[in-house]
This record gives sequence, structure tokens and C-alpha cells, in this order.
Amino acid sequence: MVKVGVLALQGAVREHIRSVEECGVEGIAIKKVDQLKEVDGLILPGGESTAMRRLIDKYGFMDALKEFAAEGKPMFGTCAGLILLAKNLVGHEPHIGVMDITVERNSFGRQVDSFEADLAIKDVSDNFPAVFIRAPHIVEAGAEVEILSKHNDRIVAAREGQFLGCSFHPELTENHDITAYFVDMVKEAKAKQLV
Amino acid sequence: MKTGTDRVKRGMAEMQKGGVIMDVVNAEQARIAEEAGAVAVMALERVPSDIRAAGGVARMADPRIIEEVLNAVSIPVMAKARIGHIVEARVLEAMGVDYIDESEVLTPADEEYHLYKSDFTVPFVCGCRDLGEAARRIGEGASMLRTKGEPGTGNIVEAVRHMRKVNGQVRKVVGMNEDELMTEAKLLGAPFELLLEIKRLGRLPVVNFAAGGVATPADAALMMQLGADGVFVGSGIFKSENPAKFARAIVEATTHYQDYKLIAELSKELGAPMKGIEISSLSPENRMQERGW
Repeated sequence: MVKVGVLALQGAVREHIRSVEECGVEGIAIKKVDQLKEVDGLILPGGESTAMRRLIDKYGFMDALKEFAAEGKPMFGTCAGLILLAKNLVGHEPHIGVMDITVERNSFGRQVDSFEADLAIKDVSDNFPAVFIRAPHIVEAGAEVEILSKHNDRIVAAREGQFLGCSFHPELTENHDITAYFVDMVKEAKAKQLV
Repeated sequence: MKTGTDRVKRGMAEMQKGGVIMDVVNAEQARIAEEAGAVAVMALERVPSDIRAAGGVARMADPRIIEEVLNAVSIPVMAKARIGHIVEARVLEAMGVDYIDESEVLTPADEEYHLYKSDFTVPFVCGCRDLGEAARRIGEGASMLRTKGEPGTGNIVEAVRHMRKVNGQVRKVVGMNEDELMTEAKLLGAPFELLLEIKRLGRLPVVNFAAGGVATPADAALMMQLGADGVFVGSGIFKSENPAKFARAIVEATTHYQDYKLIAELSKELGAPMKGIEISSLSPENRMQERGW
């Protein structure tokens, strides 16, 4: 059985773990760098990206996360996690910088502009209840990036091979379709490694 | 597309979990807090210990200070309105503040009624000392809770009391049968439907942070062990000798609240924390936690 980690430095960790478990696989909260070895895929949860980045640096997670990506293991970033994955950020230096996208932070406005909307997400759902909280969006996607969903012409979900990212918070809803999609990515990646 | 839903308002607080929210009085402090890894800042005119020292009526901060802080950082900005002060809250909402604290740290504008927070698009955090108070605030539309503690004292004892009380009462409700909940609701002064929801979820439906008296990294870690979802630090940081170092230490202690070697390490040579006040030396009318009901 595959194991999916959730980076547990700050943010909506418990909800992601519950969602992973709902998909029938084991979810592990990753607080220490060594734990990354135990998991086949990693979710970077929603939270505050600046706070997470400070803790990533403090505990030497950065190299380990880049290595995790280099090993071809799937990574899924939601909201702040999407910001951590992006190769380019508008007005800021990138963080892990592995997914070929440019992301703008807080691009829908402040908290009073946070919203819910139903989305069609390619290969995932025709009607996904998406919760956007001070959300970022993908301004530009590289040639290899598959755009999975748009909201008002803005890219809000995309995949590039092993990397999956979205602007919204699937962990705040009871719909586990996108988590299940990611768990399938993890299973496929692990099967390939075993061959 | 819907704004201001419970999910959006409560979800915003969920994203702050495991983090530290710091009181700041200007843009420079806000930047220090963000740099140290704060998940949000609370923009104030004065920190609680100074409010205590100054006496008189404490009100919403000057909007210029709030604006300055809003422009200085990319993390969420919270601000305090007086209990029951509809217009202060609406002004903060109009300014684009990300969260409002209907706070007993300020002098209440209404001694009978709290705000009807469900009417607002902006989410609210409120203080609580027990489950009845917590449930009444959620019933009015609060999307996040915090212990009241005793603000501006640097003394953790009241926050500990309030966190233990709420969590103990939640455990009791979860363990009760449905037919016992109406009587419990009556005794607590809590909405019945909320107790049903708490029983179903096995926990409060919103996050509950620690606040009011957190003065050291060990205090922050203690509150996390007692079940806090995160920590508010008021006077503690910018009343300490080295705020930047102190702020980083509190953030790390909150993340790794069970790593005692680390907490020992980051508690070294932090300089003097704020002096603090023994609670029994505060007369009842000087206890901020008695404000609100």
C-alpha cells in the first residue's frame, strides 16, 4: 500500500490526512526531514506560505524536498502549497521551485473576497465544490503543464507530470475526488519504480 | 460564486493552525513578525499591557495604523473592535481587514449584547472561558475562538484554565447521550444544535487558539499540548528585549511543541520576558476576562 505524507509545519494538516485516509491509503504528518523517506507522495497543505517557508529553511527541509521531487515522487500543493511548488512567483523569489508555473499570491483579493465556487476539473470532477481563501492563481503555465481547471479565465488547477497544484482547498470539503486523483498518481509512480 | 460563507470564514482560521498570530502596533513590527514566521498579525494602537497601564477607554485602533500594517505585509491582518460595537466592526470590514477580534481587551461598547457576526462577510474571532461562552459566540457567527486568558499580564494561568475548561467540557459533551444534551445546553447556556454538532464531530466546529498571557516559548508549547490549535501572542513579543529573536523562538516552539531539547535550545538567552502580573493582585474590575458573557 502506498503512503502519502502531508507536510506538517503549519496549516490544514489534519484535514488532508483525513482526506487521504478517505481514499483508502495511509496518511502521515511529516514534521521531520527523515520522515520523507517513509512516503511515496507528498501533499503541501494550505496555510501561510511565508510561515511555512521559514520553518522549511529552519529545519533543513528545502534540499530534502527538492530531492523528493528529483526522485520523481508525486507532490500536490494546495493554495500555499501551490505557491511553494511554483518555479516563478510574481514579486517574490520562488520556494521549492519545481513546477513550471508562475503564481501570483493573494490574487483574488483579501479575506472578504474569499469565495466558494463549483468547478469543472478535467479528469477529476464536473462539479467540484472549491473553496478559495486569499487564494493565489496560476498566471502562466509552461508547455508541459496540463491545465485542469479555470475560474473566470484564471488557471486554478494544473498538472505537470508528477506535480499537481490547485489554488483552492479540497481539504475543507467532503469531496475527496481530487485527493483520489493524486493518490492514483502516487500509486502509478510507485508501480513504475517497482518495475 | 459565494463570499462570506461559513466554510470560507472558518476555513481561513483553519489555515492559521499550528501558527502564531502576533500583536503589532506599526508597520515595522508587522514586518518583523512576518519575517519571524507569524501566520497573521493583529494591528493595534497599543498592546494589552500598555492598554492596562494607560487605563481609560480602549477603542478600535486609528485606521491609519491598520492601513499601514495592511500595506506592510502579505500575511493576513486582524484588528480588534469593541464588544458590541457594530460600527467599529463595519469600519474594519470596509478597510479590508482579514479577521476581526471582538475583544475584551478593548472597553466593551455593549454590556449586554455581542455582535451578530453572521451578518458580516469578514470573519470574527472571539474569546471564551468555557464551552457555554464558546458556543454562544459560534451561535452568533464567530468563525474562530481563542481563550480569553488574562491579557497583558504575561501570566499563562488563566489561558490554561480556559483551555482545560473548554476541552474538558467538549469531551463531556462528546461522551454524553443525545437525550442528555438538552439539559447540558440549558446548564451551559449553549445552543442545543451546536452541542449536537460537537458530539457528531468529536470536537468544536471551529479552531480554538490560546491567547491572554503567553510570555515564553514554553508557554506557547504548553498551550499547544493542552490542545490549542495555535497561539496569539500579545504583549510578550514586542515587550521583550529582542523581539525578532523572541518571535522566532515562539514560532518554533509552537511548531515543535513536544521537542523539549529544541525548546530548551531556543529559550536560551532570550533576554528578560515581560515582567508579568500575579492574577490575584488584579482586582475583579481590572480583569479583562470578565468583560462579555
